Amino acid sequence: MFEEYTMSELTSIFAMQGFAGLILFSVLVLMALGLAIIFGQMGVINMAHGEFMILGAYITYLTSIVFSEHLPDLFSGYFFLAMILAFLGSFFLGAFVEWSMIRHLYKRPLDTLLATWGLSLILQQLYRTIFGAREVGVSIPDWMMGSYPITDLIEVPINGIFVMVLTLFISLGVYLIMFKSSLGKQTRAVVQNRDMAGAVGINTEKVDRYTYAIGCGIAGIAGSAFTMIGSTGPTAGQLYIVDTFLVVVFGGASNLLGTIASAFTISQAQSTLEFFLSGSMAKVLTLLTVVGILMLLPQGLFALKIRR
Amino acid sequence: MSTISFRSLLSKNDIFGFVALVILIMILLPLMLDIFRLNLIGKYLTYAFVALGLVMCWGMGGILSLGQGVFFGMGGYCMAMFLKLEASSPEQTAIQSTPGIPDFMDWNQLTELPWFWLPYNSFGLTLISIILAPTAFAFIIGLAMFKRRVGGVYFAIITQAVAAILTILIIGQQGYTGGVNGITDLRTLHGWDIRTDAAKYILYYLNALLLFVCLFGAQIVRKSKLGRLLVAMREREDRVRFSGYDVANFKIFVFCLAAMFSAIGGAMFTLQVGFMSPSFVGIVPSIEMVIYCAVGGRLSIFGAVYGTLLVNWAKTSFSESFPELWLFAMGALFIGVVMAFPNGLAGVYSSYFHTYVERFFQMLKQQFYLKFLSHKTV
Amino acid sequence: MMHLEKETRTSNGCRRYFMKTVVALPLAMLFGSTALAVPGTAEINTTGLAVTDTTVKVGILHSVTGTMAISETGSVQAEKLAIEQINAMGGVLGRKIEYIQEDGASDWPTFAEKSKKLLVKDKVAAVFGCWTSASRKAVLPIFEQYNGMLYYPTFYEGLEQSPNVIYTGQEATQQIIAGIDWVVKNKGAKKFFLLGSDYIWPRTSNKIARKHIDKLGLKVVGEEYYPLGHTQFNSVINKIKLKKPDVIYAIVVGGSNVAFYKQLKAAGIDMTKEKPIVLTISVTEDEVLGIGGENIVGAYAAMKYFQSLDNANNKAFVEAFKKRWGDGIVIGDVTQAAYLGPWLWKAAVEKAGSFDIDKIRAASPEIELPTAPEGYVRIHPNHHLWSKTRIGHARMDGQYDIVYETESLIEPDPFPKGYQ
Repeated sequence: MFEEYTMSELTSIFAMQGFAGLILFSVLVLMALGLAIIFGQMGVINMAHGEFMILGAYITYLTSIVFSEHLPDLFSGYFFLAMILAFLGSFFLGAFVEWSMIRHLYKRPLDTLLATWGLSLILQQLYRTIFGAREVGVSIPDWMMGSYPITDLIEVPINGIFVMVLTLFISLGVYLIMFKSSLGKQTRAVVQNRDMAGAVGINTEKVDRYTYAIGCGIAGIAGSAFTMIGSTGPTAGQLYIVDTFLVVVFGGASNLLGTIASAFTISQAQSTLEFFLSGSMAKVLTLLTVVGILMLLPQGLFALKIRR
Repeated sequence: MSTISFRSLLSKNDIFGFVALVILIMILLPLMLDIFRLNLIGKYLTYAFVALGLVMCWGMGGILSLGQGVFFGMGGYCMAMFLKLEASSPEQTAIQSTPGIPDFMDWNQLTELPWFWLPYNSFGLTLISIILAPTAFAFIIGLAMFKRRVGGVYFAIITQAVAAILTILIIGQQGYTGGVNGITDLRTLHGWDIRTDAAKYILYYLNALLLFVCLFGAQIVRKSKLGRLLVAMREREDRVRFSGYDVANFKIFVFCLAAMFSAIGGAMFTLQVGFMSPSFVGIVPSIEMVIYCAVGGRLSIFGAVYGTLLVNWAKTSFSESFPELWLFAMGALFIGVVMAFPNGLAGVYSSYFHTYVERFFQMLKQQFYLKFLSHKTV
Repeated sequence: MMHLEKETRTSNGCRRYFMKTVVALPLAMLFGSTALAVPGTAEINTTGLAVTDTTVKVGILHSVTGTMAISETGSVQAEKLAIEQINAMGGVLGRKIEYIQEDGASDWPTFAEKSKKLLVKDKVAAVFGCWTSASRKAVLPIFEQYNGMLYYPTFYEGLEQSPNVIYTGQEATQQIIAGIDWVVKNKGAKKFFLLGSDYIWPRTSNKIARKHIDKLGLKVVGEEYYPLGHTQFNSVINKIKLKKPDVIYAIVVGGSNVAFYKQLKAAGIDMTKEKPIVLTISVTEDEVLGIGGENIVGAYAAMKYFQSLDNANNKAFVEAFKKRWGDGIVIGDVTQAAYLGPWLWKAAVEKAGSFDIDKIRAASPEIELPTAPEGYVRIHPNHHLWSKTRIGHARMDGQYDIVYETESLIEPDPFPKGYQ
C-alpha cells in the first residue's frame, strides 16, 4: 500500500502516527488514573466514573460561559481555573457519594457496581434536566486549538501536547500522593489490611473518603481536558467506561504503574492497527488481544504476586 | 451423584413458590391483562431466563458475568436467522437484485448466502444451535478463564469486554448480521404467522412453560451435591479446592448452564417481539439483567422472575407517565435495593412475610390432620 | 443570488394563495351549513381511532433519554410546535390535536414496544417519530400490522418504501448526488476520501457516493468506518493527510462528530482553505452546537434545509420556534422535516375528509405544502418528498451560508437504479 509514496512522506506519516498513539496513550491514562485509584486501590467498581468525568466537562463549560460574558480579557487562561474547579466539583460530589453510599458497601464490592450504575442513571438525567439533552459546545481558547507545523506534513496538534503535559503532571501528582504523602501510605495500608490499619490508629473512614474523592476529582480533570477532543453531553460519559475499566484491569488493577504500562500497550496497538485496518476492525482486534492476554495473564500485566 | 428424592428436591417452601408463580403467570396475568400487556409480560419473562442464569452463576457460584447479553443475543440471533431466511424466499424478495437472500445482504451487495447462515435453513439445526452455540461459547470462555483462576471482578470486566467486542463485530459486519438495525421484520414460523393475537397467546404460554422447565432444572442443580459445592466454593474456594475438587469444572458448568438459559430466553424473545438487534448484546442490557437479578434477590430462583417483572413493569409504567424523568426513579430503585435490601425481594419476603406464610401452612396442616384423624375415629 | 430571490417571491405568492384558501374554506363552511363545519365522528373515523367530536389523538415517539436524545430533542420540539399551531388555526376537521408522548429511550426494542402501545392501546390517528434507521426498522412491522401511519423526519439511506410511512426527510440520493455534483463542478474536486460512523446509513450513503464518483470518472482514495461513539480520529486524520484528497466526505454522527471536527482542526486541517474541502451530510445546526462553530467553520454541508434559509415561510417558522422554545435554540434539517409531519398529515386528512389510515394513504400522493419552511414540497407516490438540495457553508457562529440550491425539486428515488 505504500508504493506510491516517497520515503520522506512515509517517515513523517509514521512520526505523526506515533504521535497520535502518544495522544491516545495520554487520554487513556487520564481516563484510567482516577479509576485505578478507586477500583484498583479500593476495590469499588465505579460505574459512574464516566459521569464524574462529564461533571468536569460541564463545569468547564460553565466556567467558559462566565469568563466569556464577564471576563473576556482573561478568556485565554480560563481553562486552568476550569480544571481546578472541575477537580473540586468532582471531589466534593465524590466525597458525598462515598459518605452516603459507598461506605456501606465496602464488604460487598460487586454491589458497588449496581449502586453506582443507579447513580450514573441519576446523574445522566440530572445533566439532561439542567443542561438540556443536546450537547453543549465548550469554546476553547484559540491558542489551545491550533497546530504547530514542524515540516510540511508533520503538524503537532497543540491540544495533544496539552493533554500529554497534563497527563504527566497528574501522573506525577498521583505518584506523590500515593507513595510519598501520609494519605497515600495510609490508603495503601488500608487496602492491604483494613483491620490492621485501623488497629494502628489510621482513621480508615477518613482515608476511604479522601481516596474515593481524589479518584473522582481526577476523573473531573480528565473530563475537563476532554472538552478539547470530545463531546460534552449527558450520555458522553458512557463512551469511556469500557475502555477505562479494560485499561485498569489489563494493567493489573492494584498497580498504578501497571495502569500506565497497559495504557501504553493498548494505545500503541490500537493506533498502529487503525492505520492498517478500518477503524471498527482495529478496535475489535485490540480488544481481542487484550482479552487474549488477560486469559494468559489473568492478573494483568503487573500483578502483585499473590498465590490464589 | 446420588439420586434425589422428591422431598429433598422440593421443600414445602419451594412447592409454595412454584405454585404461586404458576398461578401468577399461567392464570392471573393472562386473565387480568389484555394481549398487548400480556405480550409485554412475555417479553419481560424472556429476560427472567437470563436473571435465573445469573442466580445460578452469581448468587450461588459467586461468578458475576457482565456479558450475559451475549448469550441472550446469540440465542436470539440464531432464531432470528432462521425466521429471516423463511421471510426471504425468492418470491417475497423478488424486487432485490439477488432474490432469495435477506434484504440487508442485498443492500450490502452480497450475492449469495454466507456459509454460516446455511444451517439456519433447517429448523432442527436452528434449535440445536440455539442451545449449543452459546453454551459452547460459554464453555470456551469459561475454560480459558476458570482454569487460569480468573475470578471475581476480573471475570466481570472481561465478560464486559467480550460483550463490547461482539457488539462492534455485529454492527461492523452488517452485510452478514444486519448491522445496528438487527434482523427485523420476522413474520412466520413454518408458515405460522407469529404476529397474530392467537400466536401471541401460544408463544406466551410456551415461554412460560420453558421458564418453568428451566426453573425446575435450576432447582435440581441447587439441591444436588453440585449445588452445595457451588455455594461452598463461593464462600471458601480454597477449602473446596483443598478437599480435592476441581473448582474450575464446577464454575464452567454453571456458567454454561446460565448461558444456555439466557439463549433460550433470547430465542423466545425473537419469537415474541419479531426482531433481534445488537442492542441486546451490549454492556448496558447485560448490566440491566444483573440488576433484575439483584432486585429479585440473587439467591432465589423465584426472586429472579419477580425481580425481572418488577423492574420492567416499573420501567414501562414510569416511562409512560414521566417520559422525561423516569431515569431518576430507576436509579433510585437500584440504589435503594442495593443499600436497603441486599437480598432483594426474596430477602424482604423471608424477613417480613415468610412467617405469615409459614403460619398459614401450619393452619392448613392442622385442618388437614383434624379432618384425617376425625375420619379415622369414626 | 438572483435565482434565490425569485424563488422566495414565488413561494411567497404561493403562501398568500394558500392562506386565502385556508381562511376562506372554514368561512364558507360556517356560512354554508353548520352541519358541514364539523363533520360527524362516525363518518370520518370508521376504524375506531381515538377521535372524538372535539379532539383527535396523535403520538410523538422519540428518544428523550439515552444517547439519541441529543439529536431527537429538536424533532420533538418541532412536532409539538406544529401541533400547537394547527390547533390555534382550529385543528384538523374541527378537532383539536392532543398528543401522547412516549420515550423510545434510544433503544430499538423500546421503540417497538411504545409504538405498539400508541397504536393498540391509545389508537392514535398518526405517529410522528423515530430518528435512527434502526428505530424505524424496529417499528415498521408494527405499523404495517396494525395499519398505523408514521411520519419519519430523518434523512436516511433509502431502500425502503412502506405504505405506512411518510418520509419527510430526504432519501440518500437526493442528498448525495447534488452535493457531489456541486463540489466537482464548482471546486474542481477529483479525489475523495469517504468517512463514516459504522452503521447502515453512512455505509449505504458512501456506497451511493462511490458509485456516483465512479460514474463521473473520479477517484475515491480511501473509505473508513469507525464504531458509533468513537472519539479518537487521529489515525484516520493521518491517513487523510497521506492520501491528500480534495474532498473529505464525512458522515460521522453523534458524539463522534464533535471529536472528529475538533481533532481535524487541531491537526492543522484548515477547512477555510481551498483544499481539502470537508463535505458532510450529517452535520446540521443542531450538531454544530456541540461541535462549536469555530471548529467546523469552512466546512460544507449538503441537505435540504438550513436555518438561514431566506424566505418568508422560514422566517415565520424560525420566529415561532424561538418564541416557543427559547432564543438560544437552533434548527437543523431534521427538525424542519419533523415540523412538516403534522402539517402534511393535516393536509392529507383534509383532502381525504377522513381520519381513516387507508383514506389518508390514498390521499397523500401529490399533496403539496407551499407553507413549508424549506419552500414548496410535494409528496411523491413513493411516500417521499420532492425537495431541493442546498449546500451550506459553515460560519463561525454555527449557522450556514447557503451557497447553492438545486434549480428544481429533486425526485425522491429510494431504490436508485445503478446505485445499488
